[in-house]
Amino acid sequence: MSTWDWQVFCKDTIDGEIVPRCFGGAGDITYLDWLLSAWGWTLSVSLLALLVALAFGSLMGILRTTPHRGLVLLGNAWTELFRNIPLLVQIFLWYHVVPALIPPLRGVPSFILVVLGLGLFTSARVSEQVKAGIQSLPRGQRMAGLALGFTLPQTYRHVILPMAFRIVIPPLTSEAMNIVKNSAVAFAVSISELTLFALQAQEETARGIEIYLAVTGLYFISAFAINRAFHFVEQRVRVPGMIGGGH
Amino acid sequence: MLTLDFGFLTPAVVSSYVLKGFVFSLQLTLIAMLGGIALGTVLALMRLSSKSWLTLPAAAYVNTMRSIPLVMVILWFFLLIPLIIGRPLGAEMSAIITFTLFEAAYYSEIMRAGIQSIPRGQVAAGYALGMRYGQTMRLIVLPQAFRNMLPVLLTQTIILFQDTSLVYAIGAYDLLKGFEVAGKNFNRPVETYLVAAVLYFITSFSLSMLVRKLQQRIAIIR
Repeated sequence: MSTWDWQVFCKDTIDGEIVPRCFGGAGDITYLDWLLSAWGWTLSVSLLALLVALAFGSLMGILRTTPHRGLVLLGNAWTELFRNIPLLVQIFLWYHVVPALIPPLRGVPSFILVVLGLGLFTSARVSEQVKAGIQSLPRGQRMAGLALGFTLPQTYRHVILPMAFRIVIPPLTSEAMNIVKNSAVAFAVSISELTLFALQAQEETARGIEIYLAVTGLYFISAFAINRAFHFVEQRVRVPGMIGGGH
Repeated sequence: MLTLDFGFLTPAVVSSYVLKGFVFSLQLTLIAMLGGIALGTVLALMRLSSKSWLTLPAAAYVNTMRSIPLVMVILWFFLLIPLIIGRPLGAEMSAIITFTLFEAAYYSEIMRAGIQSIPRGQVAAGYALGMRYGQTMRLIVLPQAFRNMLPVLLTQTIILFQDTSLVYAIGAYDLLKGFEVAGKNFNRPVETYLVAAVLYFITSFSLSMLVRKLQQRIAIIR
């Protein structure tokens, strides 16, 4: 096997010349520039999809624990729908099918569609975690809330959810890390993120190993950063005396 | 508003475009499941041993695989396998090797939890009966761990089935690809993607219902 050639990142993407200091200027783009911009796309897709997943996943998870059969059914149907279709197929549905069936969505950029696709796919998993978190609380908590004269929404707002969300932070951490990994499928609808960069730069430069190593490293760093961020939140919101709490 | 027309999906079209892909997706799932569970069990036993020259490589392998996106793992193997064996390998064969090695990492975590769920007394009883380590594992611990973990192993297999669609990245001909090619040829991509989604949904949903049933039955036996 040939030797390493990390200079590949300093090459101009058009003429393949090595650019001094590795960053292109004045309209020239090096592979390093492209790599960093691809990392930006991966992070934007992941973080926005995470927001979508947390919003819809929490809502559906909560609905599944209410005493109303219709709401439970809605939450269950949502979860089964988004959990049983492969992510890549869902991305294709958002990209090819949804705009064709709903004309107003025709002009929506594919970036938004991917965020929705990845976010709603993950919302099914978040909904499972949130539901499990709420159900892990003693039933007396809900009864106590209602007995104090709280309405059901107030009981959720002031009694159940503050504890349930603290409990689900660890499983949500791994879902958040999964989002970063799963954002790789965005390459299939031509979002210029890390995996698409890996595929195209590998083809153009024939330095696949260096390119893939850099991309894999960036995925690793991104997932690790999300892990630390969630860990920080977990520490900050700890309730002394409760599960996993300090003293 | 676009009108949907599924008329072109005749049995002949389905069998010439889709069937081949569906068979490959199932094949890939089955081989990666069996290979992955076998290799995963070995990895789990390595991680649970007391010798660090066994635990460290196994832990490194499992953690590396689990921290890289599957699409990147597929691309890595597609790039590396030809360099290692010195000749190009088809996308399908490359996918089979990749999924077996990748899923082994996930199955090994399940088997590790399963083995750890067996009370220590079971191992002690095996030794007390004069069994060696291999016999204790093979005859006492693994059968119980396997049965306890069966629902989780099968749930992982459903995820594996869904993940096989990612071989799209190296152009292997699977279920999704079959629908995509048919959609391109008949210029009906909207309908084919819809049917693909429905087919994946029905397969995964009915399998997960079966797993749920099995879980209840196992819970009663214990």
